[in-house]
Amino acid sequence: MMKKTPVTFTLNGRPTAAFADPGENLLDFLRRGVGDMTPKYGCGQGTCGACTVLIDNEPHLACITLAESAADREIRTADCLSDGPSLDPLQNSFIEHFAAQCGYCTPGMLMAARALLERNPNPRREEVIDAIAGNICRCTGYEPIVDAILDASRSYRRSAI
Amino acid sequence: MAIRKGRGFACINYPIGMNLGGDPSQALVHSTPDGKFKVTLSSIDLGQGIKSVGRQIAAETLGIPIEDVYVDTADSDTGPHDMGSFASRGTHRMGNAIIRAASEARAQLLESAAEELEVDARDLTTDGKGNIHVRGAPSRSITVEETAQAAQFKQGRTLAGRGIFLGPLSDVDADTGEMTPVSCFAHAAIVIDLQVDDETGEVEVTQINSAYEVGRALNPKLVEQQLVGGAWMGVSHALYETTEPYYPDRSHRPLDYNTYLMPGPGQIAPHHISILERPAPDAPFGGKGPGEMAANPVIPAIANAIYNAVGVRCDSLPITPEKILRGIRANGGAVSREER
Repeated sequence: MMKKTPVTFTLNGRPTAAFADPGENLLDFLRRGVGDMTPKYGCGQGTCGACTVLIDNEPHLACITLAESAADREIRTADCLSDGPSLDPLQNSFIEHFAAQCGYCTPGMLMAARALLERNPNPRREEVIDAIAGNICRCTGYEPIVDAILDASRSYRRSAI
Repeated sequence: MAIRKGRGFACINYPIGMNLGGDPSQALVHSTPDGKFKVTLSSIDLGQGIKSVGRQIAAETLGIPIEDVYVDTADSDTGPHDMGSFASRGTHRMGNAIIRAASEARAQLLESAAEELEVDARDLTTDGKGNIHVRGAPSRSITVEETAQAAQFKQGRTLAGRGIFLGPLSDVDADTGEMTPVSCFAHAAIVIDLQVDDETGEVEVTQINSAYEVGRALNPKLVEQQLVGGAWMGVSHALYETTEPYYPDRSHRPLDYNTYLMPGPGQIAPHHISILERPAPDAPFGGKGPGEMAANPVIPAIANAIYNAVGVRCDSLPITPEKILRGIRANGGAVSREER
């Protein structure tokens, strides 16, 4: 039997350690090994964006990222956005704009949007579309999601994240 | 070679629900000891909003705050029978079943309150805020919670109701075959603006304008959400989705949802919607179902707009660049409406 690898990293601000199976991807590792179920399994091929997480502030597709590559890095999932009942402006904006129907793409959308707004707190509509171009939604027609992210950017600018 | 603009129109009469076997849905409503009410359905909420709308319908019928209603759609093993979530039937079928179940539960609620207040149940009414009082005498009152506790622990009553919607059977006229297969229709009209590149055959939808008559919009934001998302699916059916290859042969066909084309966020067009409300007499609080009809009229409107733009009449879906280019060639060139 091949050896498991101990991986220590920061998950949503908390020091975390778990054993990764040989060749295990970051998505399975987070869900199975750590128990963070917020990143979703969609395609397993890096094309749908449902598994998007932030690694050192950059969006990555967890399903095609090796678990070991999380070592000593800072990982953030949608779990980092809310603090108990207190929601992130992005989450409030998604609610306000009815930007989720079935909700399966939402965690990935939120993380792609979060990365955009941290990098560019004043995005144009085209830049929002570009930021979520790797995230597939099959319910909303995207328009409410784009509107929600643009609206959240105004709250982000006010509160200066 | 040029980008040619086109505009197409289509309208739809959409029958709510399906016609076979009366299309039944059931609902069960029961109270908890603290005066909350649970609605049990076997229909599934895939994001279309039956939980929200069902909750509104139950709260309105019971006469209690919406916060005190829970909708459970968890399990078709433990819930009552339902045909399912499809055919735009949820609001109409399940809504009607919920009204009947909640009405029965409300009658029992008022009976229990009447016993506590020592009055006639027919003299009681609810204030929608969690209180039951004698009509015209608000001080003679009892809370829904106190009533539920009295029913459960003192009177030995249940506060519960059963409801079913079953469409009436329609006789078939032996001579003409005429019948009335469905009782409730929704209506819509849609205008699509698009442009066609007559060199590549590519289509870009630039604007959607629509008017939907959906009975009463029980939850206006959910209605809008359905219509925006549905129109996007209509664009997808019209221009993208196929299991056949575009080019050059079947070995290039999509193998999974990654290669099955649908429009992305860069292909969305502004969509302006007007909602017309004409409450239907047999619908719950007048609400019809804005589900499937959100996608359907988009398709013929796009086909018409392409004909308008380049003179090519496509009668199979999706209308791919290849079909448009073959049509242009067969016509000896692109011909817009002005040139015909």
